[in-house]
Amino acid sequence: MSTSFVLNGASTTLDADPAMPLLWAIREVSGLHGTKFGCGMALCGACTLHVDGEAVRSCVMPLSSVAGKQVTTIEGLQSKAAKAVQAAWIQLQVPQCGYCQSGQVMSATALLEKNTAPTDADIDGAMSGNICRCATYSRIRAAIHAAAQSIKA
Amino acid sequence: MTRTSLAAVRPTRREFLQAAGSVTTMALTIGFEWLGPSRRAAAAGASPAVFAPNAFLRIGADGSVTVIAKHVEMGQGAYTGIATVLAEELDADWAHVRVESAPANVKLYANSAFGMQGTGGSSAMANSWSQLREAGAKGRAMLLTAAAKDWKVPVTELTTEKGVVFHAGSKRKAGYGSLTAKAAALPVPDKVTLKDPKDFKLIGRHVPRVDVPAKVDGTAVFTLDVALPGMLVALLKRPPLFGATVKSFDPTAASAVPGVVKVVQVPHGVAVVARSFWAAKQGRDALVVDWDDTHAEKRSSSEMMNEYRRLAEQPALSARKVGDAVPAIKNAAHTVSASYEFPYLAHAPMEPLDAVVKLTATSCEIWAGDQFQTVDQANAAKTAGLDPQHVSINTLYAGGSFGRRANVGSDYIVEAVSIAKAYGADGTPIKLQWTREDDIHGGLYRPMYFHKLEAGLNEKKELIAWRHVIVGQSIMAGGPFEVMVKNGIDPTSVEGAATIAYEIPNIDVELSTTRSAVPVLWWRVVGSSHTTFAVEAFIDEVAHAAGKDPFAFRRDLLGHEPRMKAVLELAADKAGWSGPLPKGKGRGIAVGEAFNTYVAQVAEVTVDDAGRVTVDRVVCAVDCGIPINPDVIAAQMEGGIGFGLGAVLYGAITLKNGRVEQDNFNNYRVLRINEMPKVEVHIVPSAEAPTGVGEPGVAPIGPAVANAIFAATGTRVHLLPFPKSSKA
Repeated sequence: MSTSFVLNGASTTLDADPAMPLLWAIREVSGLHGTKFGCGMALCGACTLHVDGEAVRSCVMPLSSVAGKQVTTIEGLQSKAAKAVQAAWIQLQVPQCGYCQSGQVMSATALLEKNTAPTDADIDGAMSGNICRCATYSRIRAAIHAAAQSIKA
Repeated sequence: MTRTSLAAVRPTRREFLQAAGSVTTMALTIGFEWLGPSRRAAAAGASPAVFAPNAFLRIGADGSVTVIAKHVEMGQGAYTGIATVLAEELDADWAHVRVESAPANVKLYANSAFGMQGTGGSSAMANSWSQLREAGAKGRAMLLTAAAKDWKVPVTELTTEKGVVFHAGSKRKAGYGSLTAKAAALPVPDKVTLKDPKDFKLIGRHVPRVDVPAKVDGTAVFTLDVALPGMLVALLKRPPLFGATVKSFDPTAASAVPGVVKVVQVPHGVAVVARSFWAAKQGRDALVVDWDDTHAEKRSSSEMMNEYRRLAEQPALSARKVGDAVPAIKNAAHTVSASYEFPYLAHAPMEPLDAVVKLTATSCEIWAGDQFQTVDQANAAKTAGLDPQHVSINTLYAGGSFGRRANVGSDYIVEAVSIAKAYGADGTPIKLQWTREDDIHGGLYRPMYFHKLEAGLNEKKELIAWRHVIVGQSIMAGGPFEVMVKNGIDPTSVEGAATIAYEIPNIDVELSTTRSAVPVLWWRVVGSSHTTFAVEAFIDEVAHAAGKDPFAFRRDLLGHEPRMKAVLELAADKAGWSGPLPKGKGRGIAVGEAFNTYVAQVAEVTVDDAGRVTVDRVVCAVDCGIPINPDVIAAQMEGGIGFGLGAVLYGAITLKNGRVEQDNFNNYRVLRINEMPKVEVHIVPSAEAPTGVGEPGVAPIGPAVANAIFAATGTRVHLLPFPKSSKA
């Protein structure tokens, strides 16, 4: 059985178990490895990607649920907000082990695409679902503020 | 004293915007590439244009500088530090420096702290300091000699900068890449002069991490991302109780899942090997296994802690004895006593354990975020029935570890090799993937401990005697590190307690080592993850009993420990220690030494009427010798504080009738962004040789917060994690 959707701007049809979590379909069928597996229960955010512009946890989302939708992974990020987030992440040297950072970048990008001047409370709301065991949280917060500034400039 | 603060290295908005424009260039020119064994072998097979004066450095004819790292990069910044130290003496152009992981080879790449190849004990910078400076300096000396011969000028007239040799007199210059063939023909000098630290251009500066760009765009390669032609994915069903074994299993339902290729029994359980993770997961869910619990641990952790409490009252082995503390406490004018209880803790790195193995009858190739290369090589060889030289290891980025991937049984590696062997050792690559539940249930925890402390003060309320009894499992017993256990004392059980820095005339530190089938392991900052809490929470109680300010009380007992005293004073000063705080807020201090690095932290907390604790601010001072990369040091302190704070607020693995009660991040909670305090890091300038920063920042945060809670509420914390009533 196949599922058709738009992956990073390109029409895609995947012939896979429709119950397979989107995370594994993207990783093992499409071969895009930037999106990570961390918990399998939507608890850690390592698998965050965008479906129709919303940040979602792909580890609990069946492949069938994205039929006809727009899916964007870290590999397909192109928006001004995304580029600002990635530049700020480099400038502030956010990552340590780096494993959670694709998910962090995806959540931060979704936030800034909707809210170009997030407060600390907005950041807590958008980012508290993304665990970083290296606890790079101070820099994530600073980088989101910096990215917001750069979008405005 | 000049001090570097995190605030000082944070760019202004203008600087940020300027730099943001150059990000694309940076991403293209600085970056770690995992080259893989074929490319590495080709390079080592020595095209004459490649200059490789030693095992740590390769310079290509294109001027590219490859630094070979014997330590794994698991977030601590090792690759950047290693490359910085070598590139400094080489006078390399940082934009052309790359890092590649070393193959398993104990002769070339042993950790000088433990004699085998591996990463741990915050040792990477201490290891690299002389070894890699020398490696870089020798490479530079040979390039200089090659240029001098070529130009027929004295070598003393040559200078180097950013990968180029200059001769001022004749205005000639040559890039390192153009000199590689000639340099490669020269003998390696026996001795070489190292730079005067005042001439450092990279060390001590804000050098960007080599791994950051690839970790921001999703291209960094972790073990999870290894995809080899024909590769299968395995999930292993392990016993629900530690020490249980497979009695029998029925593969029928698992084998019926589409995509499942084989179900195989291995010494550690039963593995489902499939064409995808999803098929392997469904197969494992369907698999029926009957377990033999005869030798399993069936106790609850609460029963074990009851036993620990009893043992604390029994005679134990002496880990440190100065004077005679027991009679001194008995006869003291004032006494103080307290006990502290620490749970088992899981490491829970973000990347669940995984390894890829390609096994044939004659060879074994492994891909992993490998932390103990030559131990893992030996264990894999034994499992496969091969000679270690036929086992090769490709060390990839590790998605965190905190000690978990450094274990003497090589658990996840041996499982993967066992599965590949049971599958048929036919060269099919197999990726063993742990789930988060496997990780939380999987053992090798930071041991559970009970600490009992007593202190005696004289009539002037001066601290005259200190007794500290520690009860818990040994990490080193029963493995190759057993040789480190002297007179029954595992140093990892007592470090930070037996090494208490305070000047006290009578000190008695004792250890009672317990046994359990629950496997235990070092967890970030090892013994100091509990000993520093006990010592620093208790010294705070003693200071209070003595009627002294907790900072001043500590400082006055550290006159003979200038580095520890200096970080304590710096943290207190920067935190505004004696300044007022509103009601409901409290300030606590703690200091510790781990792996020869000194860290002090001041925590400011708010406790609301419901007893909920918020940690608002942490001021951290660190002395790690010469700061190689101040921004990485700051990052490790920030991260260590967040890691340690999550543990004291929430971390606990508990057993009910032998079964682990936690499963995933829902009930094994870790710190999240909304709970992260503001952190300021201040680095003490130093001319001492560098020491590590990956672990020491973890130790003081727990007691600093506990002491702050006392300052805010008058209630002491004796149970870890902090009681539910005080959770945010």
